[in-house]
Amino acid sequence: MLNKRPRAIAAAVLLPVISVVAGFVVAGLAVAISGADPFQSFSALFQGAFINPRALPETLVATTPYIFLGLGIALGFRAGLFNIGAEGQFYIGALFGVFIGYSLHGLPSVLHITLALAAGILGGFLWAAVPGILKARFGAHEVITTIMLNYVAFGLVNFLINNGPMVDKASSAPRTPYIDPAAQLPILAAGTRLHAGLILAILAVPVVWFLLARTTIGFRIRSVGFSPTASRAAGISVAWTLLTTMGISGGLAGLAGADEVLGVSHYMPPSFSVGYGFDAIAVALLARSNPWAMLPAAFLFGALSSGSRFMQFQTQVSADVISIVEATVIMFVAAPALFQWIFRLRRAPAPPIKIASEEGATV
Amino acid sequence: MNEATPLTLAALGGVVSERSGVVNIALEGMMLMSAFTGYVVAFQTHNLWLGVLAGVMTGVVIAALHAVLSINLMVDQIVSGFVINILALGVTGVFFKGFLQEASVAGPGVLPTWEIPVLSQIPIIGPILFVHQPITYAMLLAIVLIQFLLFYTVWGLRTRAVGEHPLAADTVGINVYLVRYAAVILSGGLAGLGGAYFSLQQIGQFLPNMTGGRGFIALAAMIFGKWKPLAAFYACLLFAGAEALSGRIQISGVHIPFQFLGMLPYLLTIIVVAGAMGRAVAPAADGKPYRKA
Repeated sequence: MLNKRPRAIAAAVLLPVISVVAGFVVAGLAVAISGADPFQSFSALFQGAFINPRALPETLVATTPYIFLGLGIALGFRAGLFNIGAEGQFYIGALFGVFIGYSLHGLPSVLHITLALAAGILGGFLWAAVPGILKARFGAHEVITTIMLNYVAFGLVNFLINNGPMVDKASSAPRTPYIDPAAQLPILAAGTRLHAGLILAILAVPVVWFLLARTTIGFRIRSVGFSPTASRAAGISVAWTLLTTMGISGGLAGLAGADEVLGVSHYMPPSFSVGYGFDAIAVALLARSNPWAMLPAAFLFGALSSGSRFMQFQTQVSADVISIVEATVIMFVAAPALFQWIFRLRRAPAPPIKIASEEGATV
Repeated sequence: MNEATPLTLAALGGVVSERSGVVNIALEGMMLMSAFTGYVVAFQTHNLWLGVLAGVMTGVVIAALHAVLSINLMVDQIVSGFVINILALGVTGVFFKGFLQEASVAGPGVLPTWEIPVLSQIPIIGPILFVHQPITYAMLLAIVLIQFLLFYTVWGLRTRAVGEHPLAADTVGINVYLVRYAAVILSGGLAGLGGAYFSLQQIGQFLPNMTGGRGFIALAAMIFGKWKPLAAFYACLLFAGAEALSGRIQISGVHIPFQFLGMLPYLLTIIVVAGAMGRAVAPAADGKPYRKA
C-alpha cells in the first residue's frame, strides 16, 4: 500500500508531464534541423497561447471541443472500443446543429440552442451507432468502420455544402447560411470569441465521470472493457453495451461539432474541423481515459493549437510542428516501457495502456 | 492502372503485415514520409533512382519503428500506427516549410516511361500492360512476388502461421518476433515505394499531405480483397477507377454529385467487413500482441 501510492501518483502526474516535455524536445530537434530556432519558435507558441491580447480566450475556445471529444473517445476506451471516427461524428453533429440553427426562426434563444445542441448529439449518436451496430451484430472491427465512415462523412458534408441542398445561395463561397442569432451561444467575455460552450464542456466532465463511476451502464462499460467474456458470463449483454457506448461516444463528438457551429463559426464551411477529432485521441490517451484529467489535457492541446497559429505567422515554422509534439506524447504515454528503457528504471512506471482487451471484444 | 499503383503497393504492404498479425494503419504515414524523403534525395542528388531508393528505405525505417513499438514495447498496434501517421504529417509539414517551399523552383522531374519492345505493340493489351513508368512495373512484379512468397514458400507459411496462432507457431520453434519484424519491414518497403510514386513518378514534386488518405483506401482495398494479394490488386483497380471516374464527372459537369463516387471505396469496405458478399475474415491473431512466456 505504502509502496503503491507514490507509484500511482507518479503515473498520474509525472508520466504525462515528462511525455509533454519529451514531445517538445523532439519537436524542437525537428525545428532546429529544418533550420529555424526552436527556442524562438516555442516562445512564440507560448506567447500565442497565453500572453498576447485575447490569446487565453482563444486557447479556451480551442479547448472546448477537445474536452467533449476527449470525453467521448475516453468513454470508448473504457469499453475497449477505439473510436477513430470522432472526426466524422463531429462533422455530422455540426451538420445537424447548423441545420436546426439556420432553418428555425423566432424561437426563444434557450430553446433554440438546446434544440440545435440536441440535434448535434443526435447526429453524432446516429453516425456512431452505425459502427456500433456493425460491431455488435457482425463483429466488424470499429477501427476499420470508423475510419471509413470518416471519409463518408467528409464526402457527405462536402456534397451538401458544396453543391447540395444546404448551400447558402446568397453567398459566393460554398457554405451553409448563417444560423439564427437566437441560436448563437452567448459570448462570455466581450471582445473575444469565448462562448458559453466552455461551461457546457466543463459540466460534461462530472456527468461523464458520474456515468462511468456511479451508474449501471457505466459499470457495464468498464466491465466489458475489462473482459467481455466474463461480462457475458455475468449476464451483461456485451453487444448492447458496445452499441450504447459507441452511441454516447459519438453523441459527445456530435455535441462538440454543434457547439463549435453555435459558438464560434455560426455557419458551416465544407472543411470545417482542423482535425479536432484526431487530436482528441491524443487528449484521451494523455488523460489516460480519466474524465477529470481531460481538463488539463484538453487545455494543453487547446494551447498548442491556438499558439501554433501565432507561431507559424511569427516565425515561419509550420504549425504542423504540434503534430510532432502530439505523436511523441502519445508514444510515451502509450509505451511506459520506453521510459523504463530511457531512464534505466527497474520497473515500468505504469502498466501499458490497454485499449482492446486481449480477448478482443468480439461478440 | 497508374492511380492504382500506390494503392496496390500499400495494400500489399498491408497484406504482408497483417498476415503476420500486425495491424498496419500506418500505411498512410509511411507513404507520405517516403514521398517526402524520396523527393528530397532526388532533388539533392539529381538522381531519381536514389530518390526511389530513399523512399523505400524511409518506409523500412518507419516500419521498424512501428515494429519496435508494437512488437517489443507492446504498444497497441492501432495507437502505434496512429502515432506514425501524425508524426509523418508533422515532420513533412515542418521540413516542407523549412526548406522545400523556397527551393522547389525546378524539381528533379519524373521517372521515364518505359515501353517494353514488341510486347507494347500488341493491340489493346499492349498499351495497358507494357507502357508504364518503372514503379508501376515494380508494382505488377510485387503482386506476383508477394502472392508466391506468401502461399508457396516456407517463409510465407511461417508468416501466416504466426498471424493465425502465434503460440502454436512458437511451440514448433518459429521465432514469432523475427517473423513479424520481417513482415512489418517488408510492408514498410512496399508502402515506401508506393509513397515514392507520388513525388517521383506522378508529379515530380512534393506537396504537403499529398497522399491525401490513400493509405486508408489501400487499407480498405486490402480488406475488400480479403487479405489476398491478387484480390487486393483488383480492389485497388476498382477503387482507382471510381476515383478517376469521379474526377471526370466533376470536370464534365454532369449532375451527379461526384462526392458519392469518392465514398464508394469506403462504403464497399464497410459492407464487406459487415459480412455481406462473403465474410471477410482477418487473420485470427491480427492486432494482438504476442508476449513470449
